[in-house]
Amino acid sequence: MKYFLRKLGMLAFTLFVSISINFFIPRLMPGDPARALLDKMEGLPPEQIESVRAAFGLDTGDSLLVQYGKYLGNTLRGDLGVSFSRFPMPVTQVLRIAIPWTIGLLALCMVISFALGTAIGIAAAWKRETRLASFSVGLFSFIRSFPYFWLGLIFIYFFAFRLRLFPIGGAYAVTETRGSAAWWLSVLRHGTLPALTICVSSIGGWMLMMRNNMINVLAEDYITVALAKGLPLRRVKALYAAKNAILPSVTGFAMSLGFVVGGGLLTEMVFSYPGVGYMLYQAVNAKDYPLMQAIFLFIAAAVLVANFIADIAVMILDPRVRDGAA
Amino acid sequence: MIKDFFLTLVRNRKSLAGLCILAFFVFVAAFAPLLAPHPAKADRVVTTKLVKAETGDPETVAEGEASDVREVETYRVTTVREYEKTTDYFPLKAKPGKGHPLGTNHAGQDLFSQLVWGTRVSVSVGLATGLFVTLLSLTLALVAGYAGGILDDIISFFTNVFLVIPGLPLIIVIAAYVAMKGVLPIVLILGLTGWPYPTRLLRAQVLTLKSRDFVRVSRSLGERPSFVIFREILPNMISIVMAEFFASSMAAIMGEASLEFIGLGNVTVVSWGTILYWAQANGALLSGAWWWFLPPGLCIALLGTAFVLVNFGIDEISNPRLRKR
Repeated sequence: MKYFLRKLGMLAFTLFVSISINFFIPRLMPGDPARALLDKMEGLPPEQIESVRAAFGLDTGDSLLVQYGKYLGNTLRGDLGVSFSRFPMPVTQVLRIAIPWTIGLLALCMVISFALGTAIGIAAAWKRETRLASFSVGLFSFIRSFPYFWLGLIFIYFFAFRLRLFPIGGAYAVTETRGSAAWWLSVLRHGTLPALTICVSSIGGWMLMMRNNMINVLAEDYITVALAKGLPLRRVKALYAAKNAILPSVTGFAMSLGFVVGGGLLTEMVFSYPGVGYMLYQAVNAKDYPLMQAIFLFIAAAVLVANFIADIAVMILDPRVRDGAA
Repeated sequence: MIKDFFLTLVRNRKSLAGLCILAFFVFVAAFAPLLAPHPAKADRVVTTKLVKAETGDPETVAEGEASDVREVETYRVTTVREYEKTTDYFPLKAKPGKGHPLGTNHAGQDLFSQLVWGTRVSVSVGLATGLFVTLLSLTLALVAGYAGGILDDIISFFTNVFLVIPGLPLIIVIAAYVAMKGVLPIVLILGLTGWPYPTRLLRAQVLTLKSRDFVRVSRSLGERPSFVIFREILPNMISIVMAEFFASSMAAIMGEASLEFIGLGNVTVVSWGTILYWAQANGALLSGAWWWFLPPGLCIALLGTAFVLVNFGIDEISNPRLRKR
């Protein structure tokens, strides 16, 4: 319980830090980007200029502290300002269109690649003497070094442009009625290449992590004892070694989550996949700062909550943590 | 001490392979002016030939190159010396071939030259950021680990907080606000967001070493903290510090390429990331110009693999369990 409360407190505090970073980034930047933006907006409707003023607290006469207080209040109420590029839509509304696509794509890829990577890692550690195992370690560390967006480009070139197996970008066929069977099929077809990109790039990380944990566990005395007792190899591998090696992997999962999410964002940009990442790309190009910051907050919050869930999973899986020893 | 460390690295097959690839890229970066056939942004070759002189046969000043478009103009310097100036424009989006081993881009710039010059920018940004991150996190780790107490609590707490805040979106938002586009802001942004993970690992190592007998003895003998830190603790951390340096450099090269690909870097500087940015902006994919976007990514992957290989070696040296039995 103490562990749970500590993790909950940590979650609240990291969320608070993310929200604060969001507030201070535009205000601490050299060269006053907000003012420069405002100067470029001359000739636009006055209410739009007013929304920029409000977003950055320009000319309101409030001190930084008062602005900060107002900002915190607004954020807690879910008011993140008005989008510049889709004026006068609130950014939360713009964001809402993109969120399901990203969650669907990323969550699916994470589960697949974590499961597959862990399984390959277990096998590679168990049979580490074989040539296939060392080959797969080399191969996966090479693939892991590909930038996500570049791998996406390669996939588009070969599978979409050359072989014409999959669409080049987007998330669904605009010609189908939303919700029909044909539409869902087109969603699958459009999602295949982005999903493949994310899975192929992230599998290596999980695999190498699991392999290292597994090798460390295999050197433990209780494995030697289990083998000496003549227990079936399969049982030693699954229940003695893998079960214990997977715990650090779950912790590592939390750690690498931010990295994979970052890769997912880049993948969306390459495929014009209408999720949060592509929206971030559009926001950057349109200099839509409120939208950009809302996206950062959303991603940070999502990753932090996922982290929290992983921590709770460790608590449930690990009796040492559960009983308060650690 | 550092010499010993490198000797061990060279003896390990994996890290030797990694070091060789790394050395190759550093070599290309250092000697880019000699290796690149053209300046990074050249789209033409201008040659001047003496065609008529007072005495003897015409002499050649420089040799020209075959191309699609050629402009020739003749002019006289004196009444008797006549020159012929030939301007050869490079073809646009040309396939790899004679004269352009990796083809050309939309502006007719030689992509092989761009790749070589880009190596210089990308490798130096990567190594500089790696160094910056390593020094920053090593300082934090030594302060936190050695001093302990409330200082340690504060540093560890913030390390754990920033560790879980996703890096790439943060980097993108900061970079979008930075008015000055260029290499230095990228190094700073990547450096100031890359410290948490190495700090955490290094601090753990400082704590382990601090509790070892030889450090305890030294402390109870009344040695100055600077002596204990720099003569007792630091030399025993070289392998893990180097591992963090390589990992941070790799992360920096990836981060730089990502930022530039999105267009948040200075797109007028030629680097691996900006080559990909221009390729994407000019529809290299849909015109089938594979020679344009394939090589920069392969270079990033190869360099990344080099860092991973070196770290495999370091892991095997410091963790005997990972060694082949």
